[in-house]
Amino acid sequence: MAKKREVQEINASSMADISFLLLIFFLVATSMSTNQGLSRKLPEPINKKQNIEDVEVNRRNVMQILINSKDMLMVNGEVMNVDRLKDKAKEFIANPYNSESLPVKKPVEIPLLGTQMITKDHVISLQNDRGTSYQAYLDVQNNLVAAYNELREELSREKFQKTYLDLDSLEQKAVQTYYPQRISEAEPKNYGQN
Amino acid sequence: MAKFRKGGGKKLPAIGTSSLPDIIFMLLFFFMATASKKEVTSRIMCELPTATELTKLEKKSLVQYVYIGIPRQNEQKNHGVSSRIQLDDAFAKSSSEVGVYISQKREAMPEKDRDKMIVALKVDKETKMGIVTDVKQELRNARALKINYTANQRK
Repeated sequence: MAKKREVQEINASSMADISFLLLIFFLVATSMSTNQGLSRKLPEPINKKQNIEDVEVNRRNVMQILINSKDMLMVNGEVMNVDRLKDKAKEFIANPYNSESLPVKKPVEIPLLGTQMITKDHVISLQNDRGTSYQAYLDVQNNLVAAYNELREELSREKFQKTYLDLDSLEQKAVQTYYPQRISEAEPKNYGQN
Repeated sequence: MAKFRKGGGKKLPAIGTSSLPDIIFMLLFFFMATASKKEVTSRIMCELPTATELTKLEKKSLVQYVYIGIPRQNEQKNHGVSSRIQLDDAFAKSSSEVGVYISQKREAMPEKDRDKMIVALKVDKETKMGIVTDVKQELRNARALKINYTANQRK
């Protein structure tokens, strides 16, 4: 190439406009919905058999949580701040010191973990008023789920040296058997005012 | 090359714009693939509550939505200012419609997916639990037991 040829630069300035137009169009058309939340499982619809079983629960196996219409919390008869609920629930579920007032520990054969003493019959009973605000209710649910998650996390680190999410399904199953999630929501009642 | 160049005429070569539509279409397809359909237009004011232990809803096709909240400003004349349930684009007259609605939605799903159906409750954080409890009872009776309380991540 003896002579230097001047290369024409492509006029691409409108390209950006077109792309932005498309981008904006799709941004508007797409829903930016939050698709995450607290996953829970509702209990089966009641039948008569269950009712009879429910009566036979030892008093010390139950953690009773009440939320009133002022969003105040009462746990086993004492008023409590929602921030303390998680630790209280963890202590209740695990019963680390075999306390007399906390759930009975029973030996259970768990695959991979062998026979372990666990509080398999514990129940967290949750009851709310019709006037309770949704945020307060969700805070309580969130703290209870957090308590279970933390306990499971601790156990999987101790037994498998991995985080709970990294366990394979069999190991996860074992951890779940060790700390079964037993949150029961009482049949709704209406305390007079709405 | 220079051989063919004509002396005086310094004409610029025309810009090749033939690839432009291709690029645009590429963008279009990219966004079409990544975009998700807008579920419904919300007719309620819904400020989601916050929580920390969140799980992501993976498959959108398995999720059905139930909205609860106070009707938007422009709807309040017709629908009042108390909390209402919105199913698809319409307000439910009472909570008993939820069970029927969910059963219908489940029927419309492919058979293998029916057990995996998740009902996402998008509820305003100020809502009283009474109406939420009613909806939950309906879902229980309709045997739609997997639910998800939609919430935002707490900072």
